[in-house]
Amino acid sequence: MRCAGIDLGSRTIEVVIVEDGQLVASRQAETGFEPVKQAENLLAGEHCDYLLATGYGRHLFETTHGADSQTVTEIKAVAAGCRALLPDVDVILDIGGQDSKVIALNPEGRVRKFEMNDRCAAGTGKFLELTAMSLGFPLDRFGQEALKARKDIQINSMCAVFAESEVTSMVGRGENRLDIAFGLHRSIANRAVSMLKRFSLSGATIGFVGGVAWNPCVCRLLEEQLKTTVLVPENPQMVGAYGAALIASEL
Amino acid sequence: MTVDYQPMWQELGLDLQAHDDLLQGLGTAYQDIFLSQKNRPRGMAYLDFVMREVHGLRIKELLDAKKTGRKVIGAFCVFVPEEIVLAADAILVGLCTGADFAMEEVEKILPRNTCSLIKSAFGFKLSRVCPYLEAADMVVGENTCDGKKKSYEQLLELIPNLYVMDLPQQKTEDGRHLLRQEYRRFLQVMEELSGVEITVDRLRRGIELTNNKRWALQRLTRLRAANPVPISGLDVLLINQVAFYDDPQRFTESINKLCDELEERIQQKIGAFPADTPKIMLSGCPMAVPNWKLPSLIERSGAVVVGEESCVGERGWRNLTATAGNTVDELLNAIVDRYFQVDCAVFTPNPDRERHVAEMCRDYQADGVIHYSLQFCQPYIIESMPMERRLNDQGSNFLRIETDYSQEDVGQLQTRIEAFIEIIS
Ligand code: SF4
Ligand code: SF4
Repeated sequence: MRCAGIDLGSRTIEVVIVEDGQLVASRQAETGFEPVKQAENLLAGEHCDYLLATGYGRHLFETTHGADSQTVTEIKAVAAGCRALLPDVDVILDIGGQDSKVIALNPEGRVRKFEMNDRCAAGTGKFLELTAMSLGFPLDRFGQEALKARKDIQINSMCAVFAESEVTSMVGRGENRLDIAFGLHRSIANRAVSMLKRFSLSGATIGFVGGVAWNPCVCRLLEEQLKTTVLVPENPQMVGAYGAALIASEL
Repeated sequence: MTVDYQPMWQELGLDLQAHDDLLQGLGTAYQDIFLSQKNRPRGMAYLDFVMREVHGLRIKELLDAKKTGRKVIGAFCVFVPEEIVLAADAILVGLCTGADFAMEEVEKILPRNTCSLIKSAFGFKLSRVCPYLEAADMVVGENTCDGKKKSYEQLLELIPNLYVMDLPQQKTEDGRHLLRQEYRRFLQVMEELSGVEITVDRLRRGIELTNNKRWALQRLTRLRAANPVPISGLDVLLINQVAFYDDPQRFTESINKLCDELEERIQQKIGAFPADTPKIMLSGCPMAVPNWKLPSLIERSGAVVVGEESCVGERGWRNLTATAGNTVDELLNAIVDRYFQVDCAVFTPNPDRERHVAEMCRDYQADGVIHYSLQFCQPYIIESMPMERRLNDQGSNFLRIETDYSQEDVGQLQTRIEAFIEIIS
């Protein structure tokens, strides 16, 4: 049986194809302004027995695809995908383009509880994206560069928009941009840690997924603060789509 | 035949254009949210009728009653004792505060970070779209949370006939004493306003009428524990909302009739939703008309609401008033005793509410509790945290939601709610 999971996120869309439980293909594209069309492009030429959509665009996809598609929340999808990739994980941190969440699993791997950020972009990928831009770093190098900082600067704003103006005034004060970059990463990590700490973490194995999990500086800061290793799957952005495909295989 | 109510609205001083917009918006929302539901009990036709005539026939009734000398009292809170209002042969109407209106104007008077409920009361007044507000001979405000009591200082400038009632914050003897004093003062004010002397018989009659309404609502609640659930949570929310402004006697009869029908449906295993649909209990801030956002998201996501621990819901009518007593004073004490049990989050400490939520969750066999707070409402937001711990400890699923009347977070809320339903099913 061939099943597809498709994750229509705010920034990117991922498609994962699973055959008899084995991952056989995965693709990704920017979401753009026509997410459903993008999704269809990614699926072009694929014949699947089941298709399961997740992510914020899932219902849009469901309405245009009618009966052929069902949906699952990104929370359940991420839990399923993460458990399959990292079987020991009890608590998952997922930071994506526009939201961040923490998902606690029970021993069977089912979602026990979750927390999500509120409607603003504080502490999400959007925050890193905007601030990387204002400091003139390409987003995919932002984390590596920040790790070269010499000094720990405190950034007070959690809000992506305010952080930008804070950055501007720091640049104006003559602060080093690597140091500022590090401070911005720390502010995301702090927020994630405080969200994680609403769950009992003693002895827990923590998994980190979503686009921000690519960022080595956020990963390192998380590990430092949590005093434990944080597991990141090989492709942290595909976890939701992979999970959706796995759930589809069980339908 | 449709009646032209325009002259009536004009006479009340409504802003006809804004009012038309409101009615139109309300009509569309009502169609989408309520009339599109499947398998509704026949008895809901009465509620649909009341809603259709919410600014028409009901207002005409109120104005006709006023012509015969009866007074109309508007209220924002369940602490305004309907028993006393009825005893003075007056009519109590709950003022709905469930939609954003004229927010720019409101934010010139109130801080942005005030809860939607309070802002809404101002918005309805400033935009002159609420015939109930305009028809009221007296509007009763009550000093509950800080937001309300401070905002009444400002509201007084917009509503000169605003009467503010003080309320206790602690369930101590002093607190009870304060409530008794305040209700006695209210009774006197009602007598003066209406010109009716409140006698023992009148007060007892007021208590009975109010109790009957509460009884009918309690009966309705018990029926919702059946599987399949005979009525949707949205429809019950509507009933709870209408309970605040419909004629109490007529309302009671209609709800009892609806309950008869629901009993038949239960016998025949007819549900508003399929059997074993996940059951959710709501708890938290009141949901005034037309705030239907959260329940409609829940029921569209494949769960059914089976109870609401809210002032627009069980907190509002769970307790009855004793009718024993041979003097006005004794009956007044019975009224005080009854209201003193309301477990609003403005009380401190407030252990009864937590207990009550845990108990409802068990009685209705809810699969999970969703706690609803309006943004910036400290009393309920703060209580939601220990409540979550307690419910989790007893093994119940619990989801905290903080929102307002806007639609911008609907996508986010939907994801949370769907994920919660995935957990409990
Ligand atoms: S929540 Fe408290 S203040 Fe609000 S209506 Fe209920 S009793 Fe009154
Ligand atoms: S108790 Fe909460 S919701 Fe009610 S008026 Fe006060 S702040 Fe608003």
